[in-house]
Amino acid sequence: MSGQIPILKVKGLTKKYGEKIVLNGIDLEVEKGKVIAILGPSGCGKSTFLRCLNGLEEVQGGDILLDNESLINKSTKWREVRQRIGMVFQSYDLFPNLTVMENILLSPLKVQKRNRSEVEAQALELLERVGLADRANDYPRQLSGGQKQRIAIVRALCINPEIMLFDEVTASLDPEMVREVLDVIAQLAEQGMTMLIVTHEMNFAKLVADEVIFMDKGNIHEQAPAEQFFTNPQTERAQQFLNILQF
Amino acid sequence: MTFDWQYIVDVLPHYKTALWLTLKLATIGIAFAIIVGMICSIIQYFKVKVLSQIVQVYLEVARNTPLLIQLFFLYYGLPKIGITLSGELCGIIGLTFLGGSYMAEAFRAGMEAVTKSQIETGKAIGLSNLQLMRYVIIPQAFSYSVPGFGANCIFLLKETSVFSGIAILELTNTTKNLMGIFYKTNEALLMLVVGYLIILLPLTLFLTWLERRVRHAEFGN
Ligand SMILES: Nc1ncnc2c1ncn2[C@@H]1O[C@H](COP(=O)(O)OP(=O)(O)OP(=O)(O)O)[C@@H](O)[C@H]1O
Ligand SMILES: [Mg+2]
Repeated sequence: MSGQIPILKVKGLTKKYGEKIVLNGIDLEVEKGKVIAILGPSGCGKSTFLRCLNGLEEVQGGDILLDNESLINKSTKWREVRQRIGMVFQSYDLFPNLTVMENILLSPLKVQKRNRSEVEAQALELLERVGLADRANDYPRQLSGGQKQRIAIVRALCINPEIMLFDEVTASLDPEMVREVLDVIAQLAEQGMTMLIVTHEMNFAKLVADEVIFMDKGNIHEQAPAEQFFTNPQTERAQQFLNILQF
Repeated sequence: MTFDWQYIVDVLPHYKTALWLTLKLATIGIAFAIIVGMICSIIQYFKVKVLSQIVQVYLEVARNTPLLIQLFFLYYGLPKIGITLSGELCGIIGLTFLGGSYMAEAFRAGMEAVTKSQIETGKAIGLSNLQLMRYVIIPQAFSYSVPGFGANCIFLLKETSVFSGIAILELTNTTKNLMGIFYKTNEALLMLVVGYLIILLPLTLFLTWLERRVRHAEFGN
């Protein structure tokens, strides 16, 4: 690999629910600007892995380093980490009691205490980019699933994160809306955003990912450049997985 | 059945006074009950140490004793240890004590209806627990609780009739007194029913409207 210092380093990350081991010593280095697709069968720990990275799950072993600083210790201020590592979920939970604009401004204004006119300008620019500038004053219930998910992405981006985590953000969308959301993420990749993307959209993964990690039963089973993974997977499990998806 | 309409006109001022008193005590009591209920439910929701146990005891006691007994305790019991409160104050405290526990339950159910994914999303954008509470949980919990709140308001309003037990001249007590003096039972009871309807009908209509509005306004997710 190139000589860049990784922005995010994961070492031997272990997560258990009771006795059940869900993540079994994950090692990963993510360089700035890289896009990593995380693939694997249902239940292999993809979501759990992402959730550990921004402190939504407690981990039982290993370490996570952001810019070489360990996040696994008592003094970690997860609220600050979460401003640097944004996350968007499958369920696109916009707050139904707030308008689109209020959803987007909430964290920049209340958490980051930034200047309103500056944040508003940024929010409008981001909305423009995802084609929803005219929906700023709507309530979430007035939007389609794909629109809500794009807004959820804008809300995360407006915090100015250095890394974005996407957990199956198109999984609950109607097929015709998947595209509009993936386009937004592809755009981000072009702009050099560092991203970890859990997805079942193989074509999309092939298109935007620099690297693929294939997880199975809490382990990284195979890790390879995207091109190589899709054309010539090394492990049998990965081959099976791609076959099942008829890829 | 015949009514002595002249008599009704004569006693109208009494009913007007009683109606206002009922409304006043109920409004103040319910307002405090909502505050108490919200505080208790937040303590329960976050399982605050010690406090949540105290709240639990309070909820059990308040819900499992009749309001009349609570009022007797305040009105006749407390003076024995040197605390004398006016009847009206006892009424307000009693209604708050009882209502707080019902409101707490309604609001707790509302908070628990706020989905885990909403809360996680809030955390993921960096909100503190307090900010989560203020911008995400309370507004949504409130919408979910409106039907429960409404039912409690009506229940508590009707419960004010128990105030007659501690000599407060609200609607029921006024009626009892007038019946005792003039024996015009039909007229007095008619006025009593009309009195409660004047309060409860608009309240019910308002609550129905509010419920519909809130339901319409939220949760298209
Ligand atoms: N709160 C929990 N308690 C116990 N087990 C859990 C919990 N959450 C997840 N698990 C288990 O951990 C494992 C990994 O779950 P995870 O959600 O990370 O899988 P995933 O790879 O994201 O799957 P999917 O593709 O279906 O989203 C699963 O076996 C799941 O049953
Ligand atoms: Mg998952």
